[in-house]
Amino acid sequence: MDKNLKEQILRASGVNVLKCMRCGKCSGTCPSYDEMEYHPHQFVYMVEKGDIEKLMNSASLYKCLTCFACVERCPRNVEPAKVVEAVRLAAIRQQGNNHLTPAMIPDMIDEDIPQQALVTAFRKYTK
Amino acid sequence: MQRIGVFVCHCGTNIAATVDVKAVAEALGHEPGVVISQDYQYMCSESGQNLVKDAIKEHNLTGIVICSCSPRMHENTFRKAAASVGLNPYLVEIANIREQCSWIHKEIATATEKAIILGKAAVAKVHLNAPLTAGESPVVKRALVIGGGIAGIQTALDIAEAGFDVDIVEKEPTIGGKMAQIDKTFPTLDCAACILTPKMVECSQNEKIHIHSFSEVSDVKGFVGNFTVTIKKKARFVDETKCTGCGLCTEKCPMKKVPNEFNMGLDNRTAIYIPFAQAVPKVATIDPNHCMMLKTGKCGVCSKVCSVGAIDYKQQDQFIEEKYGAIVVATGFNPIKLDKYDEFAYNQCADVVTSLELERLMNAAGPNGGTLLRPSDKTHPHKIVFVQCVGSRCDDSKGKPYCSKICCMYTAKHAMLIREKYPDTEVYVFYIDVRTPGKNFDEFYRRAVEQYNVHYIKGMVGKVTPKSDGKIDVQASDLLSNEQLHIDADLVVLAAAIEPDKTARPLATMLTTQMDTNDFFTEAHPKLRPVESATAGIFLSGACQGPKDIPETVAQGSAAAAKAIGLLCKNSITCNPCVAHSDELMCNGCSSCEKVCPYGAITYIDKEFRMPDRTTAIRRVASVNPAVCQGCGACTVACPSGAMDLNGFSNSQIMAEVDAICK
Repeated sequence: MDKNLKEQILRASGVNVLKCMRCGKCSGTCPSYDEMEYHPHQFVYMVEKGDIEKLMNSASLYKCLTCFACVERCPRNVEPAKVVEAVRLAAIRQQGNNHLTPAMIPDMIDEDIPQQALVTAFRKYTK
Repeated sequence: MQRIGVFVCHCGTNIAATVDVKAVAEALGHEPGVVISQDYQYMCSESGQNLVKDAIKEHNLTGIVICSCSPRMHENTFRKAAASVGLNPYLVEIANIREQCSWIHKEIATATEKAIILGKAAVAKVHLNAPLTAGESPVVKRALVIGGGIAGIQTALDIAEAGFDVDIVEKEPTIGGKMAQIDKTFPTLDCAACILTPKMVECSQNEKIHIHSFSEVSDVKGFVGNFTVTIKKKARFVDETKCTGCGLCTEKCPMKKVPNEFNMGLDNRTAIYIPFAQAVPKVATIDPNHCMMLKTGKCGVCSKVCSVGAIDYKQQDQFIEEKYGAIVVATGFNPIKLDKYDEFAYNQCADVVTSLELERLMNAAGPNGGTLLRPSDKTHPHKIVFVQCVGSRCDDSKGKPYCSKICCMYTAKHAMLIREKYPDTEVYVFYIDVRTPGKNFDEFYRRAVEQYNVHYIKGMVGKVTPKSDGKIDVQASDLLSNEQLHIDADLVVLAAAIEPDKTARPLATMLTTQMDTNDFFTEAHPKLRPVESATAGIFLSGACQGPKDIPETVAQGSAAAAKAIGLLCKNSITCNPCVAHSDELMCNGCSSCEKVCPYGAITYIDKEFRMPDRTTAIRRVASVNPAVCQGCGACTVACPSGAMDLNGFSNSQIMAEVDAICK
């Protein structure tokens, strides 16, 4: 377990993972649940245990919509989406780990996507 | 000619949804002797009772049948209503068409048919009912509390406070019970001894309270208001009235290798001992199994050093008899033996301990003076694993099917205390569920997790293996991350299930009170009469009725005291007139009834009878003491000649009911 990495994620997210009482409401409300390998409650629990490498290598990081439904509904104010966000940042901030490059845009372009979404995607998925 | 009224209750939809109540009233209206038959939505309501009362007056009824719920629920209600308009209350019969009919049947046709049959049986019986008058019996103004733990102590203090004499019978040499062994109490973490010992002292100083320590109840006779109890004062080989509790004998006793029960066998005591410093009464006791003087006749050191001459090697068990109006049972609990749980290696490894053993290990008056050390090598444990539900919620033969209730909270307490005192210690708790209902309880458990960083892991420990390097391998599952864990622990603590004390079962037999399959005493009603047993005059206090923590035990102890005081306040109580009596002309003196009577109400007397040839003969016949008889009917069944009969439930009445059902 990488203690520094855990500390970094806890600091970046500002979340106290110990407050989680493992009720599963976050995963129960998550619209991306079926797309994810690790679900919101697992993010919280695995960060608590320091089991972070698995999360950083998982595509689940990019399936979270950051819709904040889990944050809104968590009975203990744990804010799981912020944990996901912090792990995602830890992953893409490593050199050469950008999840989105400008070269990928033309293939993905769709007239219905507002341009603002593209800007947001770059903010979220690149260093 | 009998004039009988029938009243059929809907009980809202409880009865009416399954039983055609109108059809029942109609059918019973045609029974012989029935002059009025009515149905009503709630017969027990005031207007329902008025309906019954008005009918009794208007039709000059000689008996009534109420088709409603169980007589345990409302028989008394309708008896009172009948009595208020001048009808003898024992001319009221209840046909139970709810618990025994509407609640257990689904089809309206069959349920209605059965309700009519039950009603007919009640009508047949009420034809033969005779008016009965209840007698009175005096109440002895003294209470007995069996068990001197916190439950018994609280009950005794409250009864004494009301001005009545109370005797506490405690089987151990001191009162205090389990609470005296506990270090700290949840959820406030105040010291158990600091809040318990003042109450113990109060018991010894209160002139209304008399403590029989190292004593047991050996026999109970009598009935509510008038119990006669034999108390066995076990020989402690020390004169209680002389011993000052100086403790010199315990220092000088050469037999120093006796496992100390108070410290759960984690250290040793001497053969003559005082269980702990704050014991009440503070009197020494000699353990005859280890005393060399008692075993071989050679030693006598304690007798030589005792300055007041309190040692008496010739002391015998003493039996005293005392009368009581009320008895409160407070026999408490014990953790179960873990011998059968080989997977936790409790018998193999000294560093696998029960939670009560951990209490002693952490207690300032315990074997290590309050420093937490491993029992095996007296080193500090750095990794501690707690296992919850050891023997609780087990459907197998090894454990108990119920939740022991207190383990979640005391484990959170232990984990928190350890993290507070030894922050370098990692603490793991394996749980199936964490159950923390109670004021400030869940907040307490969350504090263990959030503030003290205790690792709570959902899943059970499967195997505990002591290793050669002194560590203990704990193999467990983490259900949330779906993996098997191995933890190298230094100490493993098992939250053993709790069970009623072994003395409870024979005591229940003596008191003729009921127990459940787990040997917990059964309360008279699970919601509405939680501190009374079904036997009048016997009350329940503390964990003998079910698993309880200290605040609940104290609350129930006070509640039991209130009930006992309510009884002791009365100068006399109304007796049940439904008692047995013997037809002396038919009695053949066989003693069958005397043998089956659980209350000792039947004796045999020699009586003169005039014989047909004008001679007199002396015959041996049964005689029932109506004050002692509880009307159970065992004698009427046992009597081979049909001489024994029960008022209100006579043989002819029962047969009339059977005939009505079979017709």
